Amino acid sequence: MALLELRDVHAFYGNIHALKGVSLTVDRDEIVTLIGSNGAGKSTTLKTISGLLRPRTGEIWFDGDRIDGLRPDEVVARKITQAPEGRRIFPRMSVTENLEMGAFQRRDKGLADDYERVFTLFPRLSERRGQAGGTLSGGEQQMLAIARALMARPALLLLDEPSMGLAPILVEQIFDIVKDINTQGTTVLLVEQNALMALGLASRGYILQTGEIVLADVSERLADNPDVKKAYLGG
Amino acid sequence: MNVAAWLARNSRLLIVLIAIAAVLALFGTSVPIWGGCTAALDRCADVVAIGVFQGMIVALVALGYTLVYGILQLINFANGSVFMLGSVAALLGVEIFGLTSDSPAASVILAFAVILPVTMAITAGLNAGIERVAYRPLRRAPTLATLISAIGMDFILQNVGQIIIGPSPVSLPSLLPNDVILAEPVVIKVSHLFVTGITLPLLLGLMWFVRTTRQGKAMRATAQDREAAGLMGIDVNRTISLTFLLAGALAGGAGVIVALYNGSAWWQYGFSYGLLAFTAAVFGGIGNLLGAAVGGIFLGILISLNAFYVDPRWQEVVVFGILVLVLIFRPTGLFAEKQSERA
Repeated sequence: MALLELRDVHAFYGNIHALKGVSLTVDRDEIVTLIGSNGAGKSTTLKTISGLLRPRTGEIWFDGDRIDGLRPDEVVARKITQAPEGRRIFPRMSVTENLEMGAFQRRDKGLADDYERVFTLFPRLSERRGQAGGTLSGGEQQMLAIARALMARPALLLLDEPSMGLAPILVEQIFDIVKDINTQGTTVLLVEQNALMALGLASRGYILQTGEIVLADVSERLADNPDVKKAYLGG
Repeated sequence: MNVAAWLARNSRLLIVLIAIAAVLALFGTSVPIWGGCTAALDRCADVVAIGVFQGMIVALVALGYTLVYGILQLINFANGSVFMLGSVAALLGVEIFGLTSDSPAASVILAFAVILPVTMAITAGLNAGIERVAYRPLRRAPTLATLISAIGMDFILQNVGQIIIGPSPVSLPSLLPNDVILAEPVVIKVSHLFVTGITLPLLLGLMWFVRTTRQGKAMRATAQDREAAGLMGIDVNRTISLTFLLAGALAGGAGVIVALYNGSAWWQYGFSYGLLAFTAAVFGGIGNLLGAAVGGIFLGILISLNAFYVDPRWQEVVVFGILVLVLIFRPTGLFAEKQSERA
């Protein structure tokens, strides 16, 4: 059984029909990517999973439970966290406080290990523990956003365009870390415009176009697909 | 910080300060406050001290405005009336306990050990109730709609106050002894200690709560990015309710103190103190807790000087004047956070 399943999800912003029947599955321990151009509905899909937006019709299932209609904090309680588009870190809170917020629902004793873990994954953040989030560079903020989402020890990590606005070398670093996170046992749903990198990392991918899934396949075949090449891979 | 750079950035503020200094130098003692304070420094110090005590009360109410603004970007106009109902509750409490000017100190203290927390609990609940009924349904509506709803709530509460205690100011028996504890360098009475003893712990307690506790941090996170706070697993609605609870408790506490300190309760106190507190919050940079506290004390000193050396009837002019000046010259307040918020 899939860890996450969206069944014919329709979502609206006011009168704008943003998701027109999106269905997708993510299996445990996979990295799945959702590719599409601006305005295709990628972030909307993640917002709908996280409970920031309620689907008008359709169902979202996670680990055997229906989760559509839950509040964002209730979704986090089910161990789904998101590093949202634009990082959205808390600018006037320190790096450590940002991470604390990521661990907001955790009350167990293992928290110290998780700080250790994210500081090992992102040594840069360790150097800047006491610094206000808003004073970090773009790359550091992206690292913080991912680290923060990890602090809840998620079963499923939703990543919304982690490569956005970053230098290629940083993007590679971040993607390597995502791979590490995945090998350590976290399932990842990765939304990207950078299709080449995303397909290189993910085992499967979905192509989203104006609110609809137009293609779904394993990454290698998607990368070889002439239409995909033309539209998303610049060739 | 680089002094020259600071001066360059704040040149307009500097011009105003120089202008004020010039006026004082030119007209010397004919400016009432200046003249009074240069003529009799010790008396001036007393007046300032009284202002500090008043200012601490204002600071409590100001914190309520600034807390709510921080989290919802809403001026909760009803805050002043919640404060007013706090002093109404104190008045009712005094009646229930049958306190008179002759009551022994022990029974007064005992009664207020009950009245203060009960009032704070009531006004906290009231304020959170206001949010639930009048603001939450409008969460996605334009800000103006919520603002109008807030003004409407204020009117309703003012009338509730009138229904309970009538349209005229009601006097309380004088319960605080008038004994002078300290005469030099400034006069300090028992009533001042009472004000400080309640206000200071509340002010410091709130700062501590917001800065260090889990819920306090959740409040800050929600204030900085509500959606992201939700993604962290913070229950945003609960956090907003908590903010209103705290603001309401502070306003109610301030109401009790004012009722005792001034010896009266009146439905219009909500407006006059509300205006003072709101100005204090803007002065300190709305959304900034420390700014609101400092702004409250500053305004307290100013209205005290005004009342003694000029005329208490000018208070509203002075307060509104400051509000206008701050909004023109430094709309982000004196303690505006300068941190960049780049993406």
